[in-house]
Amino acid sequence: MEAHAAESPVAPPRARHLRLPGVGAGLGRGLVVLWLSIVVLLPLAALLDKSLSEGIGHFWSQVSSPQAVAALELILVCSLIVVAINAVFGTIVAWLLVRDNFPGKSIVNAIIDLPFALPTIVASLILIQLWGKNSPVGVDLALTRTAIVVALCFVTLPFVVRAVQPLLIEMDRDMEEAATSLGAGGATVFRRIIFPNLLPGLAAGVALAFARALGEYGSVLIFAGGRKDTTVASILIGQQIETGNESGAAAISIVLLLMALACLLIITLIQRWGSRHERALGAGAGVGLTMPVADGGMETLDAGADDLDIGAPGTHPPHRERGDDQDE
Amino acid sequence: MNNSVNGSTSSRWGLRFLGLGYLAVLLVAPLILLFYKTFEDGIAPPFEAITSGDGLHALKLTLLTVAIAVPLNTVFGVICSLLLVRHKWKGNWLIDAVINLPFAISPVVIGLSLFLLYGKQGWFEPGLAEAGIKVLFSTPGIVLACVFVSVPFVVRETVPVLQEIGTEQEQAAETLGANGWQTFWRVTLPAIRWGVAYGVVLCTARVLGEFGAVSVVSGNISGETQTLPLFVEKNYENFNLPGAFGAAVLLALLALVVLTAMNLLKRKEAS
Repeated sequence: MEAHAAESPVAPPRARHLRLPGVGAGLGRGLVVLWLSIVVLLPLAALLDKSLSEGIGHFWSQVSSPQAVAALELILVCSLIVVAINAVFGTIVAWLLVRDNFPGKSIVNAIIDLPFALPTIVASLILIQLWGKNSPVGVDLALTRTAIVVALCFVTLPFVVRAVQPLLIEMDRDMEEAATSLGAGGATVFRRIIFPNLLPGLAAGVALAFARALGEYGSVLIFAGGRKDTTVASILIGQQIETGNESGAAAISIVLLLMALACLLIITLIQRWGSRHERALGAGAGVGLTMPVADGGMETLDAGADDLDIGAPGTHPPHRERGDDQDE
Repeated sequence: MNNSVNGSTSSRWGLRFLGLGYLAVLLVAPLILLFYKTFEDGIAPPFEAITSGDGLHALKLTLLTVAIAVPLNTVFGVICSLLLVRHKWKGNWLIDAVINLPFAISPVVIGLSLFLLYGKQGWFEPGLAEAGIKVLFSTPGIVLACVFVSVPFVVRETVPVLQEIGTEQEQAAETLGANGWQTFWRVTLPAIRWGVAYGVVLCTARVLGEFGAVSVVSGNISGETQTLPLFVEKNYENFNLPGAFGAAVLLALLALVVLTAMNLLKRKEAS
């Protein structure tokens, strides 16, 4: 490109690049909007419509029934416990994978993603083998509230590990060495240097894990069951569909949906904060949320945050050359 | 936690004990135990259970669902990623937000919303009934549920790669006279293929194992609308353990194939 420009100072032959081949951007956009509307938005609109079909009073009575309140409360408390457990153990595992060396490390790294790959109903079945009635270690957690926590720990394990791992890899070790040489102990180095640097990733991972835990269904279904004291929101929705209370199921679904959306919003805000943090520290610090591609399952939501930044020029690193196609 | 820069020997062993112990009791031991329990009485009982009429039908239906849902979401995902990254538009943030929605919605809620849209008294019910198309409790409903849950995967993995590669090579190709399609097939697609492939693997894993959404829309009729995950659940509830364990082991083996593919692709991406 540059050589070409040097030879002929004229602009490249085509200033407007049509990077969506064949079809114009307008047609492609139309297709995408149509696809998303049919696949995602229309069913959700039907859900909202059903939840309000018998009036707002009915919606409220369904959502505030003792059963619904208990189920929503239970899943909130369990999800909070689960993300706290996984924040600690996920960080330890990420630390082992980045800073430690032990035989079989690459296998351990590979199996972290097992909960992403394994169907949730199979997760339920395998957990019940070790922690169920015929437990070889003699611990029967099946059909208890602890089982909910164990199942949710299983399905949300990769989120924190995969969010923290890239930050640990990119972290500048000079800071730690400087602190150590100035006499700081291990605990101080962790608290004052490592932890603050991991915080944006940890927070995003925790929020993703929380959103996932709120709606989890398959892995708790067999293991924790739908007993009176172990019915979480998703199981209650399933039960109400079976008993034909569709508007009640829809109303609880809307509440669950709003809670999860709040989580997604928090993730976006954290990522903006993270990228601002990164800019403040300069490009070399590398503590933003720009995670290496394909280094995990679903944490690459940062791409979304990028696109939300359209109004703020200069937020993209220079190598991320954006399209210049303004074809409205 | 005591994490000095190089770690004293005792703290390092303590962390190893905690981290690896957690993985062992949560992931590894339960999985090994499932394989052990399944093959306790030899390979014949689980094998016979999944090659029975219903088991085989469930496997075929699951593979059919994958064959429809994954290509649809791959094509959509690549088009969508190109739009989001290469064509600035005021509405991009909204498209992006909608694509993330399926991550945030409980599978059983996704199933319910499809159930309400296509079911009795649903918006589409009169038209569909007239045309004689059955969506609920049949294959189209199962496919729709799987497409819904797996919308984000390809987009989320492709967008960062597209941003990373920039537009220099594409511009060079166009300067040399390539048209849009040639640039896409010869320059853009080869550059993003591993990212797309990674998204496809994640999407496949999700469709293979989808349970909550499918269980609401399919009706779980053995030999008709039962996918492999539903086959696991129904057999477990009916105390047909060889069937449940056999199908679960089959799904677990598929998950291990997916894990291997994920790791190979990560390595490709890194090199």
